[in-house]
Amino acid sequence: MISILTAHWSELVEGMKYTIGSSLIALIGSLILGIIFAMFVISPNRWLRIIGSVYVEIFRNIPLLVVAMFFYIVMPRFVPGLDGFKAGTIGLTIYTSAFIAETFRAGIESVAVGQMEAARSNGMTYLQAMKYIILPQATKIVIPPLGNQFVNLVKNSSVLAFLAGFDLMYQGNLIASTTFKTTDTYLAVGLLYLVMTMPLSYLMRYLEKRWSRLPTV
Amino acid sequence: MQNFIDAYSWVNLRFLLEGLWVTIYVSAISVVLSFIIGSILGLIRYVKIKYLSMIVGFIIDLIRNLPLLLIIFFMYFGLPSTFGIRLNTVTAAIVALTVFESAMLAEIIRSGIQSIGVGQMEAARSNGLTYLQAMWYIILPQAFRNMVPPIVSQFVSLVKDSSLATIILLPELMYHSQIIYGQNTNYMIPMFVALAFLYFVICFLLSRLSKRLARRLH
Repeated sequence: MISILTAHWSELVEGMKYTIGSSLIALIGSLILGIIFAMFVISPNRWLRIIGSVYVEIFRNIPLLVVAMFFYIVMPRFVPGLDGFKAGTIGLTIYTSAFIAETFRAGIESVAVGQMEAARSNGMTYLQAMKYIILPQATKIVIPPLGNQFVNLVKNSSVLAFLAGFDLMYQGNLIASTTFKTTDTYLAVGLLYLVMTMPLSYLMRYLEKRWSRLPTV
Repeated sequence: MQNFIDAYSWVNLRFLLEGLWVTIYVSAISVVLSFIIGSILGLIRYVKIKYLSMIVGFIIDLIRNLPLLLIIFFMYFGLPSTFGIRLNTVTAAIVALTVFESAMLAEIIRSGIQSIGVGQMEAARSNGLTYLQAMWYIILPQAFRNMVPPIVSQFVSLVKDSSLATIILLPELMYHSQIIYGQNTNYMIPMFVALAFLYFVICFLLSRLSKRLARRLH
C-alpha cells in the first residue's frame, strides 16, 4: 500500500484535486438549488409547492448514476463540450440539491409555527419573518445534516469514475489496472478518501452533540 | 416518437424487466442481511462492551466514510488478487452492498436507541425489570418507532446504490438498459426515461410504505 502511495503519488493527488473540486462546485450549486426548492416546497403558493415537491421527489428516488449518465450520454447531443467531469458535477449538483432541499424543509418546519405567526403579527412581511426569525433558527438545526451531505458528496463524486471524470476513483482504477496490485491500490485510495471524509464527519457529530444540548429556542 | 415505440418493443421491455428483477433480488437479499448485521453491530456499539464496542464503532465509521463504489471494486477485484477468493458478480454485489449498508444501518440503530431518554431505562429498572427485559419491552419498541423512517430511506438508498454494481457487470436494470442503447443510439432517451421511471416507482413506493408504517406505529 505504501509503495503504491509513493510510486503513484502525483496521479493520486491529481485525482484528489478533481474529487475535491467536483464536490465543492456541486456543494455550492446544490446549496443554491436546494434552498430555492426548499422555499418552493414550503411556499404559500400552491403551484410553487407542486413544482418543488415534484423536483425533490423525482431526484431523491432516482439513482445518482442514472442522473450523471444522463448528463454524460444524452446531454452532449444538445450541449456541446460537456465532458465527463462537467457532466458528473452537474449530475451530482442536481441529485444532491434534492436532498439539501429536504434538509432545509425539515429544518424550517422544525422551527415552531408560532414563531412565524408572532413575527407576522408584529408587522413583518413573510420574507422578513423568514430572513430575520425563521432562517437564523433553522440554520443551527440544518448545519450538521448539511455537513453529512457534503461527506456524501465527496463519496458520491466517485461516480465520476464511470464518466472518465479523472477523480480519485478513476485514477485508482488506472493504477490498479496497470500495476495489477488491486488490493494495495484500493486500500491506498480508501485511505485518501478517509482523509477527506473522516475529519468532516467527526466534526459534524461533535456539532450535533453540542448543539443538541443547547436549549432550543 | 417513433424512437420511443421502437425502443419499447416487447423484447427490449422483457430485457429491462429481467434487469429489474436482478436489481430487486440483489437489493432484497442485501436489505435482509444488512438489517440483521446492522442491528447486531448497532447494539454492540450501543451497549459499550469494553474494547469490542470501540473497535466495532471504528470499523463502522471507516466503512461509512468510504465510497460504496470502492467497496464494490474491492470485493470484486481486490479479494481474488490477494486472498484468492473469487466471488461471482451477484455475490460480490450483495457482499459489497451488505457491508456498506450494515454500517449505515448500525449507526441509525445506535442513535435511535440512544434517542430514548435514560429515564426510561431507570424507570424500568426501578420497577424490577432486568436490563434485558427493560431493553426488550421498554427501550427497543420506542426506539424502533423512531428508527423506521431513516431505516426505510436507507433501504431506498440501497436500491439506488445497487445501480453502481453495473461497473462489475452485474446484469441489473442499469446494465441492461446500457446494452439496449448500446445497440441503437436512438434508444438512449427512451431508455433513460424507462430507467428513471422504474427506479422512481420502486423507491417512491418504498418511501410511501415507510410513511404509512410510521403513522401506524405512532
